[in-house]
Amino acid sequence: MSVAVAAERRADASARLLAPIDTPLPRRRRADLLAEIEASGLTGRGGAAFPTSVKLAAAARTRNAVVVANGTEGEPASWKDKVLLAENPHLVVDGAMVAARIVGARRLLFAVGRENRTVRKRLERALAQRSDGFEWFLETVPDRFVAGEESALVNHLNGGPAKPTMQKPYQRGVLVQNVETLANLGLIARYGADWFRERGTADEPGTVLVTVLGAVRSPGVAEVELGTPMRDVLQRFGGLSALPQAVLVGGYFGTWVRGHDALELPLADAALKPLGAALGARSIVVLPQDACGLAESARVARYLAEESAGQCGPCLFGLAAMADALETLDVDRLRRLAPQVSGRGACAHPNGATRFVASAVDVFADEIARHRAGRCTGSARSQVLPLGASREWR
Amino acid sequence: MEMRMKLRVNPILCDGYGHCAELLPELVELDEWGYPIMPREPVRRSLAPAARHAVKMCPRLALSLEKSER
Repeated sequence: MSVAVAAERRADASARLLAPIDTPLPRRRRADLLAEIEASGLTGRGGAAFPTSVKLAAAARTRNAVVVANGTEGEPASWKDKVLLAENPHLVVDGAMVAARIVGARRLLFAVGRENRTVRKRLERALAQRSDGFEWFLETVPDRFVAGEESALVNHLNGGPAKPTMQKPYQRGVLVQNVETLANLGLIARYGADWFRERGTADEPGTVLVTVLGAVRSPGVAEVELGTPMRDVLQRFGGLSALPQAVLVGGYFGTWVRGHDALELPLADAALKPLGAALGARSIVVLPQDACGLAESARVARYLAEESAGQCGPCLFGLAAMADALETLDVDRLRRLAPQVSGRGACAHPNGATRFVASAVDVFADEIARHRAGRCTGSARSQVLPLGASREWR
Repeated sequence: MEMRMKLRVNPILCDGYGHCAELLPELVELDEWGYPIMPREPVRRSLAPAARHAVKMCPRLALSLEKSER
């Protein structure tokens, strides 16, 4: 997939984040901006959905604050931050300046993955065109799954490996915000909270970028309103190209949902919560009928084990043990492992991986039985779930 | 109200020496790789001295007692 996929969708009338901006960023007082963001109900778009105004207010109480625009997107099944940065870098820079104004920062750091040169060049060009009086830096980060986790990113920016630490950066004045969150700040500063809330649901307002891969005619990235029925979301990607066996919602920290159930769901955390699922960074993979969900999940489980930073014992040993157990169809062992692994690391990596594996065991229970009998549903030649390849931490 | 303390481990520092489970078998269990599983409940008053001792004896300084939210 290339970042060009977004271009053809820009004409879409509902586009905000991917629409060209044609008005200058207004100069507004810090308190007004913060009040506007609080009223908007914007939550972090990097996956954790934490209220943005709370994080901004905490960083605003510290001295020497720094803003970090997080465009690392180490999740292999997500492309939305890369598309946003390539297509609309100025809106992200606007948002970073709004955040800097609120927290009193003079320095802006932009962090992107090392491998995608297009993203880096477009952002670099946009930054060079600005003359807003902010000091900015552009850093590239290894394309590892956990490298974009706040503390891991800050550790890397400080010269260390891109591995998580026990620090909470925002309590120390380092405000790390996902680039899509920042783009929303750039819009809210222009058009206000009421405008922002015209889209989405009352509880989950706004539009979001989604990455859809797998059994759709035109995989890629699009902008949709929160609350849009999944069926309509998939229409934005040309509709289904095969019968959906299951849908992975929320990427590799996410949850498998059975195909038919998934199509009826609205794209909102409120609807996903009863299924134990969450939108995360809104990566959605539609598994076609001729793919083996078990083999796909086992590949990802092994990948997630290899993406452990190796710092916390339960994650280092536990995720490898889970990948082994999934490959050997040892469901009892997986059940025993889950509580020994989830919640026992410095970051959420073991929790997310455990959730992913547990949902695979649940949704692909029939496939596990088939494999035990020496059979497999999979006849597809290509693999559906993409994996990352970087082996670097620095 | 009485101050309640919870036992916590810094999982990055912890190397699974297992001293805490030796010293505090009432509270700390080891997982199958030898890393300690922390109790969910705050430390009972009768075990507080033993817990403080275990914190001091951790060779990685990974164990701590922190004020409980509850």
